[in-house]
Amino acid sequence: MATVQHAVQQDAYEPSLFGTYSNKIGMWLFLASDSLTFGALLFAYSYNRIANPAWPTPFGKQSIANATVMTACLLSSSLTMVLGVLAANRGDKPWTRNWLLATMFFGAAFTVLHAMEWTRLIADKMTPSGNAWSSVPQFGGTFFTLTGMHMLHVTIGIIYLGVIALRKKFLPILFVLWLVGWLATPADNVFHLGIHVLLIGAIVSAIVLFLKPKDYDAHDVEVAGLYWHFVDLVWMFIFPLVYLMSTKV
Amino acid sequence: MHDVTATHAERKGIYFWVWAGLIFLTGVEVVLAYKRVLEPVHMLEVLLVLSVIKAALITLYFMHLNSEVRAMRWLLTISVTACFVLMWLFFFPDAWRIVHLGVK
Repeated sequence: MATVQHAVQQDAYEPSLFGTYSNKIGMWLFLASDSLTFGALLFAYSYNRIANPAWPTPFGKQSIANATVMTACLLSSSLTMVLGVLAANRGDKPWTRNWLLATMFFGAAFTVLHAMEWTRLIADKMTPSGNAWSSVPQFGGTFFTLTGMHMLHVTIGIIYLGVIALRKKFLPILFVLWLVGWLATPADNVFHLGIHVLLIGAIVSAIVLFLKPKDYDAHDVEVAGLYWHFVDLVWMFIFPLVYLMSTKV
Repeated sequence: MHDVTATHAERKGIYFWVWAGLIFLTGVEVVLAYKRVLEPVHMLEVLLVLSVIKAALITLYFMHLNSEVRAMRWLLTISVTACFVLMWLFFFPDAWRIVHLGVK
């Protein structure tokens, strides 16, 4: 019987695109496409803002102080994230985990402060189709879409970092957070429904962690960092356009 | 000899400086907006310029785009910028008309 002989070559594969690993290029491409999503939302917001002279300016001292602290939280989370990447590059696993947990803490603080801001605005009769300050219905729609999309990205980022930092140990924490959040929020609160993002995140994370278990390395930390910094970058445009351009003096 | 520890320490220092710069620029934005130093249209221009500077700092230093291969750096920058220019081309004529002629 004839045997087919395959020639074995050491360099059978082409070198990777741009001389880096594929996960990183994939993340950069995703971020490029995601920047267009946020770009479209920001252009939509700005267009409506300019087209409506009676655009409401509901953000007083408290809201601006709150949003400034939120910005500081995100910027600080980017610093801890980049320190985590440095720790991962030198193979320091305990400090990589510590910096990632610090990043998650700042991200969670941002989300909680943002949720409080939303709750305050909703209590002031602001909805996606109307508000108490003016006859411009687009304000609520564009505000909730833009900031909601960003809040979703931050939440996904926290779950992503949790998976990288704690792997399977993060799953029970996530399930408990979802359950506590769901039971603690009143049934008429928007976050009573929104908290299910954590449940979906826990299920997706469980599928990934059980079907493809691995010890996440420095490359994975760096790719997660790219996503996190992007979320920070987007907020650098949302904060001035949405909050600072609508201040109430 | 290349001293890895020294390089890490130097890079760490840069990250703290970038973070401090970003916090400072955020403070400038808040003061400008809250004191209403400029007219809304000029304010928008100034805030957008500051935001672009902040975004560039984050991309170049925190996301390490400045240490990527030159081809990747330029491909990403040019493609994303081109898409934003296309969006701006749709937005600009209306925005210009509204700012200079008012809304009817």
